Amino acid sequence: MQQNSLSNGNGASKAKSGAARYKAGVMKYAQMGYWDSGYQPRETDILALFRITPQEGVDPIEAAAAVAGESSTATWTVVWTDRLTACDRYRAKAYKVEPVPGSPDQYFAYIAYDLNLFEPGSIANVTASIIGNVFGFKPLKALRLEDMRFPTAYVKTFAGPATGIVVERERLDKFGRPLLGATVKPKLGLSGKNYGRVVYEALKGGLDFTKDDENINSQAFMHWRDRFLNCMEAVNRAQAATGEIKGHYLNVTAGTMEDMYERAEFAKQLGSVIVMIDLVIGYTAIQSMSRWARKNDMVLHLHRAGHSTYTRQKNHGISFRVICKWMRLAGVDHIHAGTVVGKLEGDPNSVQGFYNVLRENANPVDLQRGIFFEQDWAGLPGVMPVASGGIHAGQMHQLLHYLGEDVVLQFGGGTIGHPMGIQAGAQANRVALEAMVLARNEGRDIWNEGPSILVDAAKHCAPLKAALDTWGEITFNYTSTDTLDFVPTPTPA
Amino acid sequence: MRLTQGAFSFLPDLTDAQIRSQVEYCLQNGWAVSIEYTDDPHPRNTYWEMFGQPMFDIRDAAGIMAELQSCRRTFPQHYIKVNAFDSSLGRESLRLSFIVGRPDKEPGFALERREMGGRNVQYTTRSYAVERPEGERY
Repeated sequence: MQQNSLSNGNGASKAKSGAARYKAGVMKYAQMGYWDSGYQPRETDILALFRITPQEGVDPIEAAAAVAGESSTATWTVVWTDRLTACDRYRAKAYKVEPVPGSPDQYFAYIAYDLNLFEPGSIANVTASIIGNVFGFKPLKALRLEDMRFPTAYVKTFAGPATGIVVERERLDKFGRPLLGATVKPKLGLSGKNYGRVVYEALKGGLDFTKDDENINSQAFMHWRDRFLNCMEAVNRAQAATGEIKGHYLNVTAGTMEDMYERAEFAKQLGSVIVMIDLVIGYTAIQSMSRWARKNDMVLHLHRAGHSTYTRQKNHGISFRVICKWMRLAGVDHIHAGTVVGKLEGDPNSVQGFYNVLRENANPVDLQRGIFFEQDWAGLPGVMPVASGGIHAGQMHQLLHYLGEDVVLQFGGGTIGHPMGIQAGAQANRVALEAMVLARNEGRDIWNEGPSILVDAAKHCAPLKAALDTWGEITFNYTSTDTLDFVPTPTPA
Repeated sequence: MRLTQGAFSFLPDLTDAQIRSQVEYCLQNGWAVSIEYTDDPHPRNTYWEMFGQPMFDIRDAAGIMAELQSCRRTFPQHYIKVNAFDSSLGRESLRLSFIVGRPDKEPGFALERREMGGRNVQYTTRSYAVERPEGERY
């Protein structure tokens, strides 16, 4: 990939030293030492890549230095008290600025942070620095955190996922195929008794998991205890009816940590294998629930409620790949990470980038999937991505092709909306899945033969035939807003 | 009932040719295949009996199919499954597991409820078959 880094230019970006550096007044951030084109990042530095859109007339190097400054030690003016610290070390350093391919007003700024700037094992602390003040900085029109690299020394201060992909599979005794789930619909309004009915039908029909939706907490139509009791009756009955381990993600999200712990304890007492939280509870609450889940042998499911407010627009906010990294460190076991083919935002390469961040032992630089840094996860278990939102049995070959095996495929409407009922909907999904995995393992080309593999499987499964007749042609083809900047260059044959 | 543990229990019982191609897939990936059997298929019975060691050194599907036939002859009315173990770093666990033999009649499980205080219930899943001693269950 050919890149043209910007250099120091006319010397206005050169750092000052000694008395000149500490003369009271306002000085350019680059001159204060937040830009160092010769800096070689240390192995222990935390690295961040920002997409910056400077205001008209603002020099991109000065803008990058300002981001480095405002996300580490700087304020708007010179302060002599810097000289009481090892300030050269504590200053974050912008060390590379590159124009974004195809976006003339945008630049990629690479910034390195010394490890000692951060508290061990605290996402709250990392984010307070990296996204704390700087996103409202006036000289920038927009700012987006695209990627981060966490050194092994920092990764090792986190326990990571409470359970992890491998242990979750061993606990459930399910290997070699994606797991299947469904979110109970309608998501609001059902009584506890009716809600549990949906859970029972879907699990007995063939799903591994059912799920509370993000906003099911404890409302007038269904208090949380009633939901938990009815759901666990359904889970246990389905387990006895099939001889398989089943689960329902009991959403323990609540107004206070005390309430969340109380709900999680009750889920444990009833024998649930999994509980669920929403991203909106905040990073510290997520880490606390991860610690609780690890201590209580519980799988921890995270619904990414709210993320699109800051991940979707390409020029401002945080890329979801960074959220994936934070959540792997924070220690969730499941996270919704896109479907490629469903109703919600998701370019195929971006989504595969998220999945790789969540699942692989280490990530190489992979610009076509939006991975800008090499990242070694240092033995931290993998997070199971969850594909949810507008997917159906007729897309099974595409889902397996794009998303692979370690994934939960969630068919909410595609299960509950089945013309022959919920059990039939669940069965259709399970048969489609098993037939596709069998065919893939046999070496068949599922991408091209997928539709005929499904038609063949439907010959011994009337519910699958009905599902294909109902939804076979449904697609969601809209242009992504969060697209990648680096596209594969066609090479001559 | 039909026990639906394993990767392919929702499909019609696999033919020997289908089982063989799954075994070949496992061998191509460098996984070690093993065969296990049980007459206690409780969903939390994670330790089925091993029909010999995992076959780390058999790299030929025919050898594994011969072991499977031998297991079926010895235990014609047990549940039998084929597992594939992946020893690579970060996985070190099963990568595939599917049922290849089951008894003619599968009586299934009872769900027992112990009513506690309030509406709280403690659940126990009990296999009907294990009421009889091991070896006489199916």
